[in-house]
Amino acid sequence: MDKVTDKSTTPERKAAREGNFYPECSNEIGPGMNDRIRRLRKLSFETQPSLSIERALHETAFYKENFGKYSTPVLRALNFLDHCKKKTLYLGDDELIVGERGPAPKVVPTFPELTCHSVEDFNVLNTREQQRYTISEEDIATYASEVIPYWQGKTIRERIFGHVPAEWLAAYEAGLFTEFMEQRAAGHTALDGRIYQKGMLDFKKQITAEIEALDYLNDPAATDRFEELTAMAISCDAVITFAERHAELAEELAANEPDPQRRAELNNIAEVCRHVPANKPRNFHEAIQMYWFVHLGTITELNGWDAMNPGHFDQHLAPFYEAEVAAGTLTREQAKELLCCFWIKVNNHPAPPKVGITARESGTYNDFTNINIGGIKTDGKDGVSEVSYILLEVIEELHILQPGNSVHISSKTPDRFLHAACKVIRQGHGYPSVFNPDIYVTELLRQGKTLQDAREGGCSGCIEVGAFGKEAFLLTGYLNVPKVLEITLNNGIDPVTGKRAGIESGDPREFTSYEQLYKAFNKQLGFIIDTKIRVSNYIDRMFAKYAPAPFLSVVIEDCISTGKDYYDGGPRYNTNYIQCTGLGTATDSLSVLKKHVFEEQNFSMERILDAVAKNFEGEEFLRQTVLNKTPFFGNNDDRADDIAMQIYADLLAAIDGKPNVRGGVFHLNMLSTTCHIYFGKVMGATPNGRLAGKSISDGTSPSHGADTHGPSAVIHSLTKLDHTMSGGTLLNQRFLPSLLKRDEDITKLGQLIRSYFTMGGHHIQFNIVDTATLKAAQACPEDYKDLLVRMAGYSDYFNDMNADLQQEVIERTENESF
Amino acid sequence: MLDRPSAPGPELPEQPGETDTHSGLVFDIKRYAINDGPGIRVTIFLKGCPLSCRWCHNPESISPRVQKLYSANKCIGCGECVRICPMHACELTPEGIVTDRSICIACGECANACPALASEMSGRYESVTDLLEVIEKERPFFDQSGGGVTFSGGEPLLYPAFLIEILDACGQRKIHRTIDTSGLAGTKNLLEVAKRTDLFLYDLKLMDSEKHREWTGVGNERILQNLQALAKTGAKIQVRIPLVKGVNCDEDNIEATASFVASLPGPAKTISLLPYHNVAGGKSAKLGQTYEPGLMTTPDEKDLAEIVARFADHGLSATIGG
Repeated sequence: MDKVTDKSTTPERKAAREGNFYPECSNEIGPGMNDRIRRLRKLSFETQPSLSIERALHETAFYKENFGKYSTPVLRALNFLDHCKKKTLYLGDDELIVGERGPAPKVVPTFPELTCHSVEDFNVLNTREQQRYTISEEDIATYASEVIPYWQGKTIRERIFGHVPAEWLAAYEAGLFTEFMEQRAAGHTALDGRIYQKGMLDFKKQITAEIEALDYLNDPAATDRFEELTAMAISCDAVITFAERHAELAEELAANEPDPQRRAELNNIAEVCRHVPANKPRNFHEAIQMYWFVHLGTITELNGWDAMNPGHFDQHLAPFYEAEVAAGTLTREQAKELLCCFWIKVNNHPAPPKVGITARESGTYNDFTNINIGGIKTDGKDGVSEVSYILLEVIEELHILQPGNSVHISSKTPDRFLHAACKVIRQGHGYPSVFNPDIYVTELLRQGKTLQDAREGGCSGCIEVGAFGKEAFLLTGYLNVPKVLEITLNNGIDPVTGKRAGIESGDPREFTSYEQLYKAFNKQLGFIIDTKIRVSNYIDRMFAKYAPAPFLSVVIEDCISTGKDYYDGGPRYNTNYIQCTGLGTATDSLSVLKKHVFEEQNFSMERILDAVAKNFEGEEFLRQTVLNKTPFFGNNDDRADDIAMQIYADLLAAIDGKPNVRGGVFHLNMLSTTCHIYFGKVMGATPNGRLAGKSISDGTSPSHGADTHGPSAVIHSLTKLDHTMSGGTLLNQRFLPSLLKRDEDITKLGQLIRSYFTMGGHHIQFNIVDTATLKAAQACPEDYKDLLVRMAGYSDYFNDMNADLQQEVIERTENESF
Repeated sequence: MLDRPSAPGPELPEQPGETDTHSGLVFDIKRYAINDGPGIRVTIFLKGCPLSCRWCHNPESISPRVQKLYSANKCIGCGECVRICPMHACELTPEGIVTDRSICIACGECANACPALASEMSGRYESVTDLLEVIEKERPFFDQSGGGVTFSGGEPLLYPAFLIEILDACGQRKIHRTIDTSGLAGTKNLLEVAKRTDLFLYDLKLMDSEKHREWTGVGNERILQNLQALAKTGAKIQVRIPLVKGVNCDEDNIEATASFVASLPGPAKTISLLPYHNVAGGKSAKLGQTYEPGLMTTPDEKDLAEIVARFADHGLSATIGG
């Protein structure tokens, strides 16, 4: 019978411009709901990230003057206060939500107490093609004379590297794992709703009460608690001072403002900044500004990974919105305008630049603030409100890199909301990603959270979950699972460098069974994970002792009542995650060896290892055979999926429940962000036919191109893993626009998501873009400046990616042809 | 040119179970099929078709026999197929493998030996039991979407006994059943199948029988009669029209099609318009055939809008795309 495929050649860019909610705008300054937002967006979008040395200069001067006079927490708090008093303020035209971490939008401070950039680092940052941060020669010279000499040898980074054992360093340099906290503080923090119920003055009252109640006779930690609580109180003053300075600036600008409307806005800004964060917010505008000051405080105090995150922002704002709309003091359009202003504020804050291996594994401006939308409320009811829909419109219309965002689809979420979210997904910006609260609440319960705290939880940055406002859940770094197999196949030696990177686990040429091979792999896995945990615990104590975060501790529950810092076990829950990457590559490689060496004896171990060692050169027959005639993960084929389940179980056994030094335990996470690219680069070829240097599989996604049976088979394979045992899994699915042309296609995408979630999936994200568009973007980047694509756990501009990342996006399985 | 039979294709079995067995020759299974009926579906493509439309983009669906497909771009020139072929039908040339199809018995040894999937066999006999297992695996997606199974082709009604058995089994399992048919089948078989089918996707290509013969190799009398007979049973039918400019997009044909569909008895029919795209070339090459698009082109948006309007004149709702 004759079938005529309706094959789309429409590039996704067209669909994106068409918009789902509003007609295409024909202005010259790009999208946005009105002129104010368009101008703010344009400024944010077009400003090149640059570096400011102001914070470093303040801090260095402060440390020279004060180091040794105070306890560490108090020193840190006073340093924070000093900077808040002195830092250059910014209040731009058009702004309604105010405050910048740096002296202007997209200007990023440095944090020399953690990592002190060298002159060479700055020169690289100033000139590199991707993720450039400009800095003047004059500033570099000042940094070299003022900042670097003071911090050299004293930074957290240098102290960590000065301490780590040789086997850790060998494994780290081989690329078996990364370490998040070697140059940034632990972050991945999200807030609950407390800051909308309490202002800083309320927190200070609580702190004072705790100080008064200290029992110096019976509590040996009373003095430490006193220092920490004192530091918390000082840091509350710091953010209040910061806000009041903005109020003064707004009043000053208002006095000279000729336009009466803007003058009124500036006076209102002044009133808002006098009220929050000192007091709890009284309305929608104050609620957003309250959060923004807290956000700025935490990311100025220290340089935490994944910035800061308001958590369930729509749920927190909904009561303000509903009350004001009912009272007639706020319109939907005004609320949306304020949310747009907030969105652009987050976009004004690129991640502070990284150095070394960390720059290689995380190549992005994105600082991973992830706004959670929808989901369930703490009483278990559906959390979708009108604010949720407004946020979807904001995402769709602004179309900017930050903040990241996700929709949370529980069995109670209405189809209408899922459909609206899928329409935004179709636009191909890579946002929003989709999470399943029904599963992650179970994950958090298993980790020991109360039901209410688990329901308050969600995703903080990429796919990792925690109890918002009550937990320090630290990502400690990625584990390169395929690399563990690679060193197993070389008896502990890294074949790329020839150096020892693991233990002796036997010569695989002498193995007589698959079980023997797997046992060696598992032994190697245990050793590498223990090596990582050992240093991770050391680093945790470094931060607790030398880089506490008293302001962050104010807003994370139980830190005040325990008088302990966020980094010192103060929060109610304290988790360390190890993010395991490359499940697909490891599974497929083991599947090749199992079938072709041990079961069918098509090739000897010797031959496969030799072929892998020479990157399959002259071994195309072997390579094609393993690529095409082996069960691979992601096809609902038990022969491969059973191996994946075994690896997952053994990762869990090696990580889950091991104690950390903050009163909590380690848990498993299956996240990759962009680390699978870096990990691929440090590896030779693998038995699954992957060539040397090519990226490994991301998250829990199948290897690139290995899933040939469509998304339903991928979902079957993925849900054989028990996601509730992890703190997050990641599934990337690339859809071409032709699969999402009609409204009913959007509905079916929603149904695919529901199916995955009913079967137990934690997270899924979609890249809706066709290969032709991507290739065109590579060839003619200037025409595709706004092409956002989904990476792993976040979206990025295609143009900002290096050639490897771009290639990786192109090579991901195209779902059109299954 | 496609090798088109002059006679109206293979014999059409009149009684269930007379000529076919309880297995079907399957050449493809597509999961997350979203264009072949309601919801998320699994579509099973059966091999063999009494029509041989010149625009057919699945030329391997026409022959009711197992066929060898070869993709030169995947071939690594290892010569394994040459060594293993029992008929010595494969030859390694500078252009890749050339198969002497006059002596090839389609035994599949070459495909088994090929490491690169350059040689593949199209068509595999699948039992009802095995296919039910494939279908059942997709159940979570049916449950969420109101989807089910679609039998397409080729012409699924070439396998009536198989089809009836598997449709009954799906019915017992409460799985939604769709048949995607060319309409050229024994009427009794069609009506038997209709008792077990929830939705028909019924193709109409050309209303003029002579032109129909010219472009598809067969006349259209039986197809039109069958559609009338099927409509009389009250079956739910979506009429699908592949739109090929230069073949069937002219005003006369659209008008005749619209008035014919509007005159059908039973519940209102929806129309699905499938614009032709020239994608058949690559697949013809795999069969060792050449494809000539000739005068066939893709209708543009203006053509489509006019066609949709014409159907609307007859009270018919036409949508673009399956």
